[in-house]
Amino acid sequence: MLNTINLNSRIVLGQLYALWLREVKVFLRERSRLVASTFTPLLWLFVIGSGLGSTNLQIGTDYEKFIFPGIICMSVIFTSVFFGSYIIWDRKFDFLKSVMVAPSSRTTVFIGKTLGGMTTSLFQVAIVLIVGIALGINYDAMTLLQILSIVLILSFSLTSLGLTFGSYIESLEGFQLIVSFVVFPLFFLSGALFPIDNLPAWLKIITLIDPATYSVDALRNTILHLGTYSFEHDLAILLLFTLVITLVGIFSFRRMKAV
Amino acid sequence: MIIVKNLVKKYADFKALNGLSFEVNENEIFGLLGPNGAGKTTLIHILATLLKPTEGGAMVNGFDILHNAIKVRQSIGVVFQAPSSDDILTGYENLKVHALLYGIPRKIREKRISEVLQLVGLEDRKDDQVKKYSGGMRRRLEIARGLLHHPKVFFLDEPTLGLDPKSRESMWKYIKKIVREEKVTIILTTHYMEEADMLCDRIGFITNGKIIALDSPSKLKQEIGGDIVKITFSGDVPLDREFTKFDFVHKVERKENTVTVYIDEVNSNLQMLVKDLNGVQTIEYNKPTLNDVFLKLSGDSLSGDSPEGGFMQRYAQYDKS
Repeated sequence: MLNTINLNSRIVLGQLYALWLREVKVFLRERSRLVASTFTPLLWLFVIGSGLGSTNLQIGTDYEKFIFPGIICMSVIFTSVFFGSYIIWDRKFDFLKSVMVAPSSRTTVFIGKTLGGMTTSLFQVAIVLIVGIALGINYDAMTLLQILSIVLILSFSLTSLGLTFGSYIESLEGFQLIVSFVVFPLFFLSGALFPIDNLPAWLKIITLIDPATYSVDALRNTILHLGTYSFEHDLAILLLFTLVITLVGIFSFRRMKAV
Repeated sequence: MIIVKNLVKKYADFKALNGLSFEVNENEIFGLLGPNGAGKTTLIHILATLLKPTEGGAMVNGFDILHNAIKVRQSIGVVFQAPSSDDILTGYENLKVHALLYGIPRKIREKRISEVLQLVGLEDRKDDQVKKYSGGMRRRLEIARGLLHHPKVFFLDEPTLGLDPKSRESMWKYIKKIVREEKVTIILTTHYMEEADMLCDRIGFITNGKIIALDSPSKLKQEIGGDIVKITFSGDVPLDREFTKFDFVHKVERKENTVTVYIDEVNSNLQMLVKDLNGVQTIEYNKPTLNDVFLKLSGDSLSGDSPEGGFMQRYAQYDKS
């Protein structure tokens, strides 16, 4: 009994590794993807950061530094959710069929794909973090560890979200359109660009529903020591959100048509 | 090896499969021959556990496709109609990903990958990205991938669709080689009759979701009633000639100044048939083809007209990179 469990877990780990490896190799070979998706966050950081920063806002630090945690989250939000479109490509190219006909469970396929998407987000965050040094931001080991854990959790959950959408939507055009309606509110309502302490009640409520709010707050906490809530509070809510969306994603993959 | 019982697949009002039953024996090449849209691909998808039938069921390698899907998948290899490899990865990387998906242990993985690469003659191109492969090479890579885990049953869905005549012939060569070296049962679908004739031990004619005949190619062709000899006379057909006096003649049809005679073994009997005939203008003879058989059985030719996009078409549509 124990032997078969060992054997099966070895196979499942191999399958996860295979699906992850494929995503990472494809990502590393498609350099244009990396360049294009890193450009937007940096544009925001420098143009909006310097532009609005020149107006003397009362936020306790440079505006560029203030939005820096938000820009990290932005790059994760956009890359992760749009990663869901790759499941549509896989379906169109029949790669998915060849995976579905292998003796792997849908749950494994979902998690493997999610881990792949998560890794591609990490590459991007690394670039943004390096740019941060130029802004005069210092990371100690603890800060880096906290950044890493928040980014991993956020990208895992948002890749799940993107893949969930991808499992229901058949066309790439449809995916772009629908996902835009999700991605922009996630970003704008997260407090990435403004402090959430003194908002009007209606806006405050919406930001509280947005899971990205807690990732921005957690990063602002650890990088700038300017958080609204405690790091642990943010982490707990993010984990809860991740659990829920992963279960929804697995459910969606199980009922997705293979052909 | 495969038992199919009363399979029905309905899409809204349309019945893609309409009560299909047949069996496939171990180590044979079984051909499903029929026009586009006959239900061949639907049948393969159901047997490969990618689709659920509306009614009926099937056993593959002794496992129920409905209740033991994982065991079925471990027993089969599939080459789909459209190539399904990731073309950004190299041939080797595609094989490695699939070897891991099938849980092939590390110790034998590399050896097996080079074995199948050699089998399909791709070992010197294994480190090229698949997008640099020709259509025939992609198809061969799919075959290598499908064989990695030593499947008992190998499905080939239109393995030569969209290939030029030369690649098609080399594909036939590889398919025969697989049967010899890998000892698998092969089910292949095609709408090329000469392909089915040449490769298959037995053929099931499929049209409108039903099998209308199932036998070996030579037996099927015998259904036509022998080889066809068509004799045209310059004047009227001599009425005194009694063709049926020969044992090898099955049937005679007279029409104006031609006589069509159905006989056994045209090669050895033709001379006897036309000996001492006067006023002959031309003699034509044909061995019956599977297309003749299909025409006779279904009243329809094999060139179906359903809207099925070929691989090149689909490829052109999505390859925007």
